Amino acid sequence: MNIVACVKRVPNTEAVAEISADGKGLDAKNFQYIASFYDEIAVEQAVQTKEALGGEVIVLSLGSAAGSKEIRESMAKGADKAVLLVDEEWQSRDCRATAKALACQLSELKADVVFMGKVATDRDNGAVGPMAATFLGYACVTDVVALELTATGGTAKRETEAGIETVEFSLPAVITCNKGLNEPRYAGLKGIMAAKKKPLDEVQVEVIANQAQVVRASLPAPRKEGRILGEGVAAVPALIQALQTETTLL
Amino acid sequence: MSNIVVFVEQEGGNLRQASLEALGAAHQAGATAVAVLCGDGAQAAAAKLTAQGVSAAICLDGPGTHSPDALSKALADIVQAQSASGFLAPATSRGRDLAPRVAAHLDCVLFSDVTGFAANGGGFEVTRPWLAGKAIATLTTSGAVLCATTRLNTFPIAGGGAAPTVTSQTLNDAGKARVTGVEAKGQAKLDVTEAPVVVSGGRGLKEPEGFQIIEDLAAAFGDAAVGASRAVVDLGWRPHSEQVGQTGKTVAPKLYIAVGISGAIQHLAGMRTSGTIVAINKDPEAPIFKVADYGIVGDAFEIVPALTAEIKAIKAKH
Repeated sequence: MNIVACVKRVPNTEAVAEISADGKGLDAKNFQYIASFYDEIAVEQAVQTKEALGGEVIVLSLGSAAGSKEIRESMAKGADKAVLLVDEEWQSRDCRATAKALACQLSELKADVVFMGKVATDRDNGAVGPMAATFLGYACVTDVVALELTATGGTAKRETEAGIETVEFSLPAVITCNKGLNEPRYAGLKGIMAAKKKPLDEVQVEVIANQAQVVRASLPAPRKEGRILGEGVAAVPALIQALQTETTLL
Repeated sequence: MSNIVVFVEQEGGNLRQASLEALGAAHQAGATAVAVLCGDGAQAAAAKLTAQGVSAAICLDGPGTHSPDALSKALADIVQAQSASGFLAPATSRGRDLAPRVAAHLDCVLFSDVTGFAANGGGFEVTRPWLAGKAIATLTTSGAVLCATTRLNTFPIAGGGAAPTVTSQTLNDAGKARVTGVEAKGQAKLDVTEAPVVVSGGRGLKEPEGFQIIEDLAAAFGDAAVGASRAVVDLGWRPHSEQVGQTGKTVAPKLYIAVGISGAIQHLAGMRTSGTIVAINKDPEAPIFKVADYGIVGDAFEIVPALTAEIKAIKAKH
């Protein structure tokens, strides 16, 4: 089985946003990068799928030639090899352009099952997985918290506001992973050493132009100065009064 | 006037608030909406559609309505048949699942979880958060159709319109993936993304049982959801579905009450667009007080039950 896990490098959750000089993007100079939180769940699910059904796990990423740290980490956790689609403009690619580039490579890899995070924690679009699946004509289940897979299809549970939905699907498929699907493993020393020797194929790609055009980027307006109403239970009546006069909730 | 196709969710013939908000976004941008509904009760729900600016409603039935791939293809076909210049769905789990596929069928980009939607020249522009709200971007598209999902609790509902003309279509393609069942969570609990009031707890509650005071306060409001900080979700005290912040959910309720949450940057990003923010924390230096409209310093286990009792008393009078 050809199992692919897609990984995106994103600024860590402590990152502070600053607007770039052109006013249309984020200034990346102080960013520390990590693999997106949900992508780690995707890598773990890919490795577990290989352990259960056999096959090979390929990590696929669109990113800078300088950014292979997260890919090596994924291989240290059990992925067999990696393909990095080299694109220096990766951070500003829109979801359509990214999904098309990934779909093209997924087709070449003859992927049977593709795991992605349910959303990348930078642009928070959550679109690339289902878009790539649609371009490829694959089945897709999003926000998956439980999965049973066979050689030809599977059953997934996905989290919705109403409760847990059960979805049956055929392969090939794209599964986007939510927290709760698994607990990602830590890479052992052996894995880290082995990962250094695993093949990482850098592929130069021509990514199509963005449709999304940034008019401007800005920092959120600061909230107006709040006030401390007091200490302890004695401050509760003041809070009730404030909620009654300044909101329509009480 | 431009035309927008809006995916309208209904449950048992009742329209979902989040969908009325999406219709409100279309109306706000001066567009006429074509509402698409599906499933049992779609006809009954369409008859209740009196949101302003809805010109027509299309009710879908058949096996394809249970398949996200078949349904999204049908939605894209409707967008093209209507020559629409926009497609909107609420940023619910269903909307977020369908919209990227609809956009892909139309070969268009998608803007998820938009907080602003307005006319711009002949088209539209959207506002949406980056890094869970640490930055805000205003965007347009060069694509033929602007596709977006609308953040819950963000757009005003515009009622008082005339009932639309209703037609129906049957989707016979069963699709590649099919929903075969839903296991409802107990007594229709509101999700943190859609509740008008969110009461969140953090590590200041000391142990999982500490969340009883949070649940009691939420219950006193009636229409409140319980939220949680990443710290307590990582500790396994609360489910991830309740997590507010950058690796959880971004929320914008009318009232957000943070109890025992210090206010890490990734948490603040996920709740800073709430209407009114109240913080209760024993540390007067906690960052949460920097974004809170009202703060009380002290022991949550004394303050929160007193607050709950007051709210119950007020609610009992109404």
